[in-house]
Amino acid sequence: MSHFLDRLKFLSRTRETFADGHGAVVNEDRKWEDGYRNRWAHDKVVRSTHGVNCTGSCSWRVFVKNGLITWELQQTDYPRTRPDLPNHEPRGCPRGASYSWYVYSAQRVKYPLIRGRLAALWRDARKTLGPIEAWQSIVEDPIKAASYKQVRGQGGFVRAQWDEVTEIIAAANAYTIKQYGPDRVIGFSPIPAMSMVSYAAGARYLGLIGGVPLSFYDWYCDLPPASPQVWGEQTDVPESADWYNSTYLMVWGSNIPMTRTPDAHFYTEVRYKGTKTVAVSSDFGEMAKFGDLWMAPRQGTDAALAMAMGHVVLNEFHKNGQSAYFRDYGKQYTDFPMLVMLRQHGAGVVPDHFLRASMLPNDLGETVNPDWKTVMVDADSGALVVPNGTIGSRWNEAEGRKGKWNLEMKNLADGCDIDPQLSLKGTHDQIASVGFSCFGGEAEDLLFRNVPARRVALKDGSIALVATVYDLMLANYGVDNGMGGEHVASAYDQDIPYTPAWQVKHTGVPARDVEIIAREFAQNAHDTQGKSMVVVGAALNHWFHNDMTYRGIINLLMMCGCVGKSGGGWAHYVGQEKLRPQPGWTPLAFALDWQRPARQMNGTSFFYAHTSQWRHERLGVSEILGPTADAARYQDMALIDFNAKAERMGWLPSAPQLETNPLDVARQAEAAGVNPVGFAAQALKAGTLNMSCDDPDNPKNFPRNLFVWRSNLLGSSGKGHEYFLKYLLGTQNAVFSDETDAIKPTEVKIRPAAEGKLDLLTVLDFRMSTTCLYGDIVLPTATWYEKDDLNTSDMHPFIHPLSEAVQPLWQSKSDWEIYKAIAARFTEIAGPYLGTQKDLVLTPLMHDSPGELGQPFAPKDWKLGECDLIPGKTAPNMTVVERDYTRIYEKFTTVGPLLKKVNNGGKGIFWQTGSEIDELALLNGVAANGQPRLNTAIDAAEMILTLAPETNGHVSVKAWAALSQVTGRDHTHLARGREHDKIRFRDVQAQPRKIISSPTWSGIESEEVSYNAGYTNVHEMIPWRTLTGRQQFYQDHRWMLDFGEGLCAYKPPVDLKTVAPMLNKSPNGEKEIVLNFITPHQKWGIHSTYSDNLRMLTLSRGGPHVWVSEADAIKAGLVDNDWVEAFNSNGTLTARVVVSQRVPDGMILMYHAQEKIVNVPGAEMSGKRGGIHNSVTRTVLKPTHMIGGYAQQAYGFNYYGTVGANRDEFVILRKMKNVDWLQTARVEGEKA
Amino acid sequence: MNDFLFGIYPYIALAIFLFGSLVRFEREQYSWKSESTQLIRRGQLRLGSYLFHIGILMVFVGHLGGLLTPLALWDALGVSHGVKQMIAMVAGGVFGSMALVGLALMIYRRVSDARLRAMTTWRDKLTLGWIGVTLLLGLSTILVSRDHLDGHMMTLFMAWAQHIVTCRPDAAALVADAPMVFKLHMLMGMTLFVIFPFTRLVHVWSGFGTASYLLRAWQVVRPRQ
Repeated sequence: MSHFLDRLKFLSRTRETFADGHGAVVNEDRKWEDGYRNRWAHDKVVRSTHGVNCTGSCSWRVFVKNGLITWELQQTDYPRTRPDLPNHEPRGCPRGASYSWYVYSAQRVKYPLIRGRLAALWRDARKTLGPIEAWQSIVEDPIKAASYKQVRGQGGFVRAQWDEVTEIIAAANAYTIKQYGPDRVIGFSPIPAMSMVSYAAGARYLGLIGGVPLSFYDWYCDLPPASPQVWGEQTDVPESADWYNSTYLMVWGSNIPMTRTPDAHFYTEVRYKGTKTVAVSSDFGEMAKFGDLWMAPRQGTDAALAMAMGHVVLNEFHKNGQSAYFRDYGKQYTDFPMLVMLRQHGAGVVPDHFLRASMLPNDLGETVNPDWKTVMVDADSGALVVPNGTIGSRWNEAEGRKGKWNLEMKNLADGCDIDPQLSLKGTHDQIASVGFSCFGGEAEDLLFRNVPARRVALKDGSIALVATVYDLMLANYGVDNGMGGEHVASAYDQDIPYTPAWQVKHTGVPARDVEIIAREFAQNAHDTQGKSMVVVGAALNHWFHNDMTYRGIINLLMMCGCVGKSGGGWAHYVGQEKLRPQPGWTPLAFALDWQRPARQMNGTSFFYAHTSQWRHERLGVSEILGPTADAARYQDMALIDFNAKAERMGWLPSAPQLETNPLDVARQAEAAGVNPVGFAAQALKAGTLNMSCDDPDNPKNFPRNLFVWRSNLLGSSGKGHEYFLKYLLGTQNAVFSDETDAIKPTEVKIRPAAEGKLDLLTVLDFRMSTTCLYGDIVLPTATWYEKDDLNTSDMHPFIHPLSEAVQPLWQSKSDWEIYKAIAARFTEIAGPYLGTQKDLVLTPLMHDSPGELGQPFAPKDWKLGECDLIPGKTAPNMTVVERDYTRIYEKFTTVGPLLKKVNNGGKGIFWQTGSEIDELALLNGVAANGQPRLNTAIDAAEMILTLAPETNGHVSVKAWAALSQVTGRDHTHLARGREHDKIRFRDVQAQPRKIISSPTWSGIESEEVSYNAGYTNVHEMIPWRTLTGRQQFYQDHRWMLDFGEGLCAYKPPVDLKTVAPMLNKSPNGEKEIVLNFITPHQKWGIHSTYSDNLRMLTLSRGGPHVWVSEADAIKAGLVDNDWVEAFNSNGTLTARVVVSQRVPDGMILMYHAQEKIVNVPGAEMSGKRGGIHNSVTRTVLKPTHMIGGYAQQAYGFNYYGTVGANRDEFVILRKMKNVDWLQTARVEGEKA
Repeated sequence: MNDFLFGIYPYIALAIFLFGSLVRFEREQYSWKSESTQLIRRGQLRLGSYLFHIGILMVFVGHLGGLLTPLALWDALGVSHGVKQMIAMVAGGVFGSMALVGLALMIYRRVSDARLRAMTTWRDKLTLGWIGVTLLLGLSTILVSRDHLDGHMMTLFMAWAQHIVTCRPDAAALVADAPMVFKLHMLMGMTLFVIFPFTRLVHVWSGFGTASYLLRAWQVVRPRQ
């Protein structure tokens, strides 16, 4: 009908009236309402999610209308959990709900882009030269190379065709491989769990050509080194539903409502069951208001709090065996009963290595790996015995001893039951005065306490003094065990490490609170057999001494028998690290179906070396060394020297690896008619071949090509941002630090600083991130609503997909298709150029491989002549890998033969998987080379799902059976119930699916219990993958002892010395105050994603902001929303200030990864545009994280290694006088 | 020519105005709006908008009442032509100036703000400019009227307007000798009705339509259809 006539129906308009004529029912036309209805109408709904490393892993409905993505809504169709548990759904948060904004926004990268100057050089060179020669003519000409490198980050992109950009990339890769070596082609992409196929695409390409993917979990400082140290496990945690099973829940430095938004409901719901919740956080974070109690330790001092709680627990529940449950748990599942040698030191002794079978007469009957078998006392017989389950029993065990790697309390030698003796008290031969390292600024740094000890005759005829870990623990915590002597507390109000009264001066937490909470925590665990849980997070882990805080907390959980217990244990939530179908994914990602091994590198050490942050190192080893170390041994070493040593000894990986191109090394060896491995070993010893780590600023050792995908390395995780810009990229930066007064390395060669090491930075992204801005080539990738992929999380037990709701928009392609295109182009260009090559690949002594039994006692460096160079023992493993560069594309797109010929596996166990490969051939079809096809992302997803025990019941049973071989116990019952379950890609598109239990993980998927880490260790008696096979309170590697971390200790934050040189150096008339710089996760974004999203900017301050306390604001003359600059010698950043009671005095809090591309004015200190949060940070390495070849302290990709800590940093905060938006054009010729 | 402009063109203008508005209302409901820029920037809008809208509404009412009220009625009320002329000049001058100042403020606001400038369409520019010129011409007729305060000229315009609305012929002849400034003002004013349906001016209809709000029930319920 007519709109106008409708308005004229005066007489018929009112149908009836009510309420005395005050109300009217009218006959108005309602068509206009369709406008609103149509807004939410759609043609189809597609299931997808957000691959954003938030752990939410929420399944979403994406609505498509007329071929356009219109909006998204939470899915609510997860499989039900048990009747006694709240459901997981609905999962989602405002950030995810705003994602569709990106798809058609101006932020979208729509076409391939090239840095304009590079494009001009390239197009010019290509007129006369072939692709490889063209690339060479640009990068080997210093003027040409500098011309595009020094404008990185300053705009100037031009559009290009896919054909052109893939040609440049292929030519650059090919040239780099031939000229410098394949290990100069690097890739950085994090968190495969958030989009597994996309990660695998790039890593597979790198794996095939010999390039190096960098690890990320450690670089993000999300990896808690304490976890590998204590458990031999990267990270394994309860799913969020298990919080609901806890009856005493501590939330310690993890802002659950903000960073685990879709899971936070379990935290609130569990309180309705009567569970007590305790929040521990220095600021009034959102989780604090959900706590029944809130403890607010000064930031960075949490270890002191944990130690004091441990003191109370040991005193009240352990000392006299008060809790039988704790005692029994400690005996079977921890290293409490293991014997530790006591070494003479000063007037007394100090704890040294674990006593090993090999030290005792006749090796205690052990013929295999006696160096790796630790010893305890059997209380029944009083004899020294090797129990089942030590790491020596894990590998190549002797006949008759096979199948004894388990936690049954049995004597390995004869299979008789034993009763591990916890304390030697009463049966001791003498009371030893044992020194314990102490770092809290006490009067003495070595506190001698009395410990019951036993004298043991060793193989060499000497008499050794030994004590149990249990007795050492009691003494270390300052608990008075009735042995007399000094430095033990008889009451909590004594100021002795580690009493509740002692911790007050460090943490500021009232002693009484500590005492009560510790007691309640332990009492609850005692009453419920372990249902006390601690949720921990980045707030604790991002400190230099993170492992001390974590071990303090983990100790508490182990003392109370909580680990591996439903509703109990350590719940560490950081990135989305749980790649559930890992064993199915690994061969796809690293191309292990075609060749083994793959190169991998630990990110932190890589960036520390190649962004030259080591040139500015001011943290001396003497500042962190423990009091029992032989200081002379370390005094000349800088932190980079430790890292180089670790690489040489095969502890940590290397990239690049050798100064000489590994293809040339292999060629030279073949020319000489010798095995390249022996050839390289000889040459290294002779000094004719050098490792790259010893000379990082040698142009031969530069990383040349870098791919960044699924990551915003420069806008988010790049600690030492300004150093990245200056040294790696060679562009405009704000590094104020002067390297002249930095600590100079002695083993690593120093050269004049090199800038602009990287020849080609290729960035794949769907949005114009900070990293894209610094890229040379930016490739438009599909958004999370435009590709097919898989997603899992540690927070819930489901696997679910990303799906293509619409085809990739504009000229974007999925990561899989992009790398496929690059592989095709590379094969075309590099095939004829490189042909088939032999590549000498170096790999470290890997965890979960026999290599982890490397050097059992004091580490020896072959380069210093301390030992012989034995690849795989005292130096990296070396393997010759044949690379047929004419078949890269073919290999990329088919499943290789090795899986069928050899095997597949994970975490040290292997199984035959030929039948799955046959199945895959039927499912995906067979390619021309006779191998299963791997053409599309869905093909790749099917490979993951078919090969992984977590998604294929048959494989799961095989995997458990393989583990049963080693443990001698049948574990297959854990998977039998789901043996015939196969989860396929279309299944997860239909509904998220529950994962199948797998030995890859330490918990089980079950209808009876929620997933909880360590569950199978406790309930199936599978050893932890540590030296002792048990959870370890004690770490006995020489470096651990020398750095004072054999037992847990409180270590205050380190002094990074970045503030003093800058304070009042260039005043602007405003007050300067010094604050501790804390960078938690944000409310308005997930890392940097969404921080440039209009919807989130509208809800937040709309640009970079920092938080300070009211008192500090007054001190600095600030009011809310003022523009401020925060700076130190690492660099500077600009932001608005939020003045809030949330923040304690002395702290400045900046939500990490707020993009540099939105509302960032120029900084007064640099005259350049203000930086990101990482502009004021710098990576600092900790030597103990470099330990390798030592049982659980052996390298694994993202498992162990240096971590990028950043919270010990201080900044100067100052109000800005001039807010300059730098709107003028760049002056040509200006020094960048 | 005069016949066409003042005898036929008024009907063309009125037709376009009425039919154009009707067609737009029927077909383009989503475009029927005032396109306020208040969300983008508030500065100066309040003062400018009030001045303009009060001024222009009063001018409109003045024209309507002044031109269409039969002379007989004025005579019956005892209002002499001279007095009426004075009322028209004073009231028109005051409200016309208000509208002009308001308009100037709003135009200044539009051009001085980059975001508003970017949002301004050519139709907005046409509308604002047209109203501005019409207002200026209208105000300048006061200067002319000052020379003949007897109100004779005014009565001719009234007669013309009343002829037009009552569809009597020869209307054009009544204003054939009017000064050029009056004629220009009239032409501009009539053409304003021509551009009306194609611009944001349509919100004037709705503005008057809101008067119905005064009569509606407190609560209005729409049943399912």
